This record gives sequence, C-alpha cells and structure tokens, in this order.
Amino acid sequence: MTRSVTVLATGALTTVQDAGRPGQAALGIGRSGACDRTSYRLANRLVGNAPDAAVLEVTFGGLQLRADDDVAIVTTGARCQGSWPHNAPSTLRSGEELRLGTPASGLRTYVAVRGGFVPKPVLGSRSTDVLAGLGPAPVSTGDVLTTGEPEFPAPGIDVAPVADPEEGDVLVLVVPGPRRDWFTDEAWASLVGRAYEVTSDSNRVGLRLDGEPLERVRTDELPSEGMVRGALQVPPSGKPVLFLADHPVTGGYPVIAYVVDHDVDRCAQLRPGQCLLLRETAV
Amino acid sequence: MRVLPSGTTALLLELDDLDEVLGLYAALTDNPPAGVVDLVPAARTLLVMTDPSATSLSSVADAVRRTTPHHDRFGSGELVEVPVTYDGEDLEEAADLLGCDGAELVRRHTADEWTVAFCGFVPGFGYLTSQTWQSDVPRRSSPRKKVPPGSVALAGEFSGVYPRESPGGWQLIGRTKLAIFELSRDPATLLRPGVRVRFVDEGSP
Repeated sequence: MTRSVTVLATGALTTVQDAGRPGQAALGIGRSGACDRTSYRLANRLVGNAPDAAVLEVTFGGLQLRADDDVAIVTTGARCQGSWPHNAPSTLRSGEELRLGTPASGLRTYVAVRGGFVPKPVLGSRSTDVLAGLGPAPVSTGDVLTTGEPEFPAPGIDVAPVADPEEGDVLVLVVPGPRRDWFTDEAWASLVGRAYEVTSDSNRVGLRLDGEPLERVRTDELPSEGMVRGALQVPPSGKPVLFLADHPVTGGYPVIAYVVDHDVDRCAQLRPGQCLLLRETAV
Repeated sequence: MRVLPSGTTALLLELDDLDEVLGLYAALTDNPPAGVVDLVPAARTLLVMTDPSATSLSSVADAVRRTTPHHDRFGSGELVEVPVTYDGEDLEEAADLLGCDGAELVRRHTADEWTVAFCGFVPGFGYLTSQTWQSDVPRRSSPRKKVPPGSVALAGEFSGVYPRESPGGWQLIGRTKLAIFELSRDPATLLRPGVRVRFVDEGSP
C-alpha cells in the first residue's frame, strides 16, 4: 500500500538523499548522497529499509510533516528539540505531525520512513546534488511525499544507543594528500597544529574553513585532477575547503590533505563557528 | 607512474601525459580490479576510487601496477557529428591568438577528428583532444559569468561544448543545437570518454 506524508514546513533546507550516484564520475557526475552517511545508514536500518533507500536530510531542523497514513518513521543524526524520540523508530499515526525544532548539537537530521521516499530517480539516484543541479528539487512546503514498499521486516529495535553530534572543537584525523609537497612545512604544521573554524559559507559541497593561510612552495598551475569526499583543497586564499557529498568531481587547486573517510561524516555535522582540530595519523 | 595517496579510499595515479592516462583508463575500465567503484581520468592523472569495505588500497595499487595500458584509444569509439554555427564572440580573438583568421580556424576545427579524453567541470562537459590540433589557446583572462548552453569553445589543447548555462573561461567560437546532456536520454551524456567527434560547419545563421 502506498502511504504518504505532507510537508508543512521545511526549515532552511530539506533534500531527499540516498546512497548517491557511484560509478559515473568519469562522466563528470559526482557521488552526492547523504552528507552524514553513518546517520543515514542507521536511519534506514532502524525502519528495516534497504541500505540505499531514500530519506530526508534536514539542515538545522525546522521540518514539519503530517502523516496522511500510519507510517513507521525515525530520526537520526542531529537531535532536534521537540518531543519526538530520536534514534528510536515509532509510528506517526494518520493525521499526526512530526515537528522538528532546532538541533541541540549538530547540523543535519535524517528522517527515514519505512519503505523509503520514492521520488523519480535521476541517473540512478534520488539524491539532490546541489552543485550539479541533479536529482529532485529541494523539498518544499505542500509537497506530498509517497513511500515505497518495505523490502525487509522491521528490526524491532527500540532505540539505537549512538552519541549525538559533538559540540565545540572537534578533532578529526588527516593523512597527507597528493599535493602535500606543494606546501611549506610551516603550512603543514599549521594545518595539523592549529584550529580551523567552520565559516557560514559552507554547505553540502564543502566546509569553508578560516584560519592561518597555508603557504605554497609551488605556485604553478595544477592541471585539474579527480578528488574524493574528505579532500582539503587549498584555493589561492590559502584557506582550506573540506569537501563533502556534493564536491566537484575534479578540481584545479592542490589537495594538501584528506580527512580519513571514517571521520568525514562527523565533519558533515559541524556548524558555522565550530572549530576543527585536524591531527595527522598514519595511513 | 607515480601512485599518490588520495585519502583512505582512493589512489591518484600520476602519469606522463594524457595518452598514458587514457590508455590506463581504458584498460582499467575493461578489467576493473575488485572493489573499484569509480575512475576519474584527467589531463595528467587517473583517480581510482574504491569501496573500502570490499578491498584495500594496497591490493588495488598492486592490481593497477600489473595492468597493461591500451594504446589504441584513437579511432575506435562511436562517432558523433556536432553541427556548429561558428559565430562565437571570441572567434576572431581566438584566431588572432593562433595566428590565422576566423575562416581558417573554422577550417582547422572541422578538419580534425576529436576524441573525448575525459569529463569534468559540470555533468556532461567533455574535454576533447585531437591528434592533429596542436594549438594552445589561452583561457579568457576574466571568465564569463554566464556561457550559453551549446557553446563550442577552446582552451589549452582542448575543445569542448558547454552542456548547459554555466560560468566559463574558455574562448567561445560557435554554438550547436545538439543536446549535449539530456536526462531523458540514456546515456544522458553524449560526449563520453572515448567517443569520437567531428564538428560540421552549419554556415551562417
């Protein structure tokens, strides 16, 4: 049976996200998909969805939904103020509303319904890529979002005991990137020794960081080259950008370092004003 | 070949030139090592993205080193004809930079057979190279904020067609009505790596 929810409010930005578009990077089409993959996977697991089912990614809370039918639903990621249980699947009865306040910590909340959301896929994925302009339009007020057929039995978990996104300074591990040698040793020491602040000019493409500029020893032009999520690319300003889900497939500025893949999801929960402490680890 | 670290899930292979990149890209596309999810060829590099739950970077690096590049990338791919009206705003300036006039530039651009070397910048944007096109056209000193879709352009050793309206710094020499990137089509991208391209002069508008 097809069920649906109606969107009453979206907050700053709510998009549909799934596991993205792997395998098409050679065509200039990036992976995209959920920014915080860990919270995304958890949300699907808690309602018995396929691991690549589509969910809602809510940026800084504010989403309000009304159930048109009884739907099994869960929120993960940033815990929003309001009475809704977090990391705990429950049933939103027909006519009932889910109202997410602002998150106590973190930035992105994932809302999964049993059966997943099923807007028309674009190039094999339901993810909105804000850089490439691919996938469904961002969710807007009045949208009626239908759900698919459940594929697996509901797991019967009451609550998943996972930590909330961190407040304050956040320490993540980095490894030297392919163009580490384009930078001075002082630049490297600064990157892995000082704090870099997340600026408000950040989005699903990446986090623009503010801090000590990173000085180059090589100033020639780099032919564009492929990059993956977690790249710390350094534009001419010397202030690094940490690339997230919707990063460009290729870039023409040198990548000094990479955040280790496991830590990138935590970076996707950082708010403007929080500081990143990047610390070097062995590969 | 230099194998550079590119995070904990990818390797960046640095090669001597574009031909080496494409030879290795073709070989790895035909016979991908286990756990490789994406390959991104570029002018001097080939990025190999892996699924870390399915493989390790060291085993992928070993498999890449054992791979013999293909050396026959020209002349084998599908041929696409791209009709062009050569009335681009930068046609005369680009011709000046090449030491000829607009008509001669059009003659050269249509005489060459181009091959899509790699994609990037925006979905569906192909970087086209030709074995006979030896010209090197600098980018515009200040990029345009809006380049119309279908614009046929030159930069460096490459030619390309803007799939949709976007900012852009390439020299615009003409335009085509051909849909370069169309989501309702499968494949959506017309100019995929390996596709051969011939530009055809449509004459004056």
